Amino acid sequence: MAPVNAVMRIIDVPLRRLQKATGIGGMATFFLAPNMLIFGIFVLLPLVINFVYSMTGGTAFFLSERDFIGGEQYSRLFQCQNYLDPMSCQEDAFWTAVGNTFWFVVLQVSLMILTALITALILNRELAARSFWRAVFFFPVLLSPVVVGLIWKWILQRQGLLNFGLYQFGMDPYTWLTDRNWTFAATIGVSLWAHMGFYALIILAGLQAIPKDLYEAAEMDGTKPARVFWRITLPLLAPNLLVVVVLALIKSVQVFDEIYVLTGGGPGTSTLFLTQYIYETGFASALRNPGLAAAASILMGGVLVVLTLIQLGIGKRGENKGKR
Amino acid sequence: MGKVARFILRRKGGKGWHWTDIFTWVWLVGGLIIMFGPAVWLVFSSLKTPAALAEFPPSILPYVTSQATVEGYDKPLMLYDAKMPDGSTRVLAEVRRIGLVAQMVDPKAPAEIVKVNINDRTPVRTMSFATENYTEPFVHFDFLRYLWNSVFVTVVATVITLVVNSMAAFALSKYEFKGRSLAMLVILATLMVPLSVIMVPLYSIISTLGLFNSLWGVILPTVATPTGVFILRQYMLTIPDELIDAARMDKASEWQIYWRIVLPLTAPALAVLAIFSVVWRWNDFLWPLIVLSRRELYTLQVGLSIYSGELNVQWHFILAMTVVTMIPVVLVFIFLQRFITTGIAGTGLK
Repeated sequence: MAPVNAVMRIIDVPLRRLQKATGIGGMATFFLAPNMLIFGIFVLLPLVINFVYSMTGGTAFFLSERDFIGGEQYSRLFQCQNYLDPMSCQEDAFWTAVGNTFWFVVLQVSLMILTALITALILNRELAARSFWRAVFFFPVLLSPVVVGLIWKWILQRQGLLNFGLYQFGMDPYTWLTDRNWTFAATIGVSLWAHMGFYALIILAGLQAIPKDLYEAAEMDGTKPARVFWRITLPLLAPNLLVVVVLALIKSVQVFDEIYVLTGGGPGTSTLFLTQYIYETGFASALRNPGLAAAASILMGGVLVVLTLIQLGIGKRGENKGKR
Repeated sequence: MGKVARFILRRKGGKGWHWTDIFTWVWLVGGLIIMFGPAVWLVFSSLKTPAALAEFPPSILPYVTSQATVEGYDKPLMLYDAKMPDGSTRVLAEVRRIGLVAQMVDPKAPAEIVKVNINDRTPVRTMSFATENYTEPFVHFDFLRYLWNSVFVTVVATVITLVVNSMAAFALSKYEFKGRSLAMLVILATLMVPLSVIMVPLYSIISTLGLFNSLWGVILPTVATPTGVFILRQYMLTIPDELIDAARMDKASEWQIYWRIVLPLTAPALAVLAIFSVVWRWNDFLWPLIVLSRRELYTLQVGLSIYSGELNVQWHFILAMTVVTMIPVVLVFIFLQRFITTGIAGTGLK
């Protein structure tokens, strides 16, 4: 620490001068500046530019080299005879991604909440070695998406562990990742595996915040456990659960990395999701179109903003309740 | 032992097994297998030779079929336990196979050829760890370079995050100034802006700044985390203002107050943020994938995903490098799990 302290002392010399010149209030600006500068350049500025981007055409990345074309990118995205049939749309990949993402979100979030709730309820029981069991379910949360994708790619491949398990029961090996439906199911299963522990942990914190005396009172009255669950646990957990649902929705809409590593969006376009569509339209494909990618990302951003506002609204309501 | 079992298996109310008790244990044990199983399988697989990886049905542990060099044959021959007509078993080396019959020789007496039905023999297998899966990617591929890039990005980004976020949190918690609530609102708003929404324009900004194909292009956009500012600000709000006023009386400069008083008192929250930051930056994938297009700049995550697409057949290297990529996070998990779980439960942020 000695060299660090020395550096800090040297930094202090010009900063004392600055403080004399600007006063204490000026120092607040100084402390805030680096963070806000980085925010400004790498978050706010892109956010503003994104709207401009979405109204320009061409393949160039620098704004000065792009032509203004107004809402053409948006009308291209929405150029569609039947929104439920991606093939009737001009940007069929976009609508395929929208459809896939929609079903993914619906299925993944509902299964996620169900399994996370069950896990949290179980971890909230009087268990021996509870922190061990909590760690078991939490473990995959920290793994990198690439690692998660590769672990499951290895398990689901033809000579993989899953086929080995089926073989033990006398069933034939199957190439799971070449079947559209199984691959889609796998993306849901893998993301459940990777993230369920995170949501279970938040729900568990909510469960532990429910006052114990309520349960004691119920027990004294001889209330049945099922009734205790529906009448005490679930109502008191509801605000927490709502936050978890919205949080899961926000994350689920952006699904990308582990699925990209696992399936690459395939077979065909059966696991192509929105973020991958944006990435490939903006960067990867030979016919890249950053303007179109920007327009699609703004549409996705709109969905996320709505979800976040709902989440913040729920959080506010919970706080106000607490104050009263 | 009986006591331990009773403790582990104790039930609600202690009278008989309720269906919820059974369900609990099925869920827990099932969870143990499903959550840990794949990672354990990965580690075992990463120690297998390519030949063992191609086997179906696979063995759980890394076994290889023993081989022996036999006089008169150029290549090493596979060893088998062969059942002889008289009921005894001999270790023989296979020379060639014709239909259902294998021509085999005794490694000690290679002149005489023994014919054995292939159903009467089983391979001699010994456990062997293919450590070359781990060493070769470091020597022959650029994985050492990727490892270094990942470490560099993780460490530098975490240090900058801690400094920049704690300074901002200090300003937002201990000063009254115009625009404070605006700054808070802006930071709050950025919580809503994930990378996937701004990646196209962010890329053009990075290019304009000349940070494309630079590790700094990976680091800088990630360091001003709104989460970090929030965690630290919440914590700093609990530090009494009297402490700061007293320091000002003693002619401490504002920088000294930040550095000597507020930061040390914020240590627990800084530790949580540091752990999160390390895990975030180590695991980052999409942004490095966009910014880094030169091989020597790849981080482990990017390198691994690119290689797994290219070296489709070289699973033995991919698996070993996946384990290497997993190790730091597993260490964090084992030693610092408590911080992370309380951090998530307290803030609801990942």
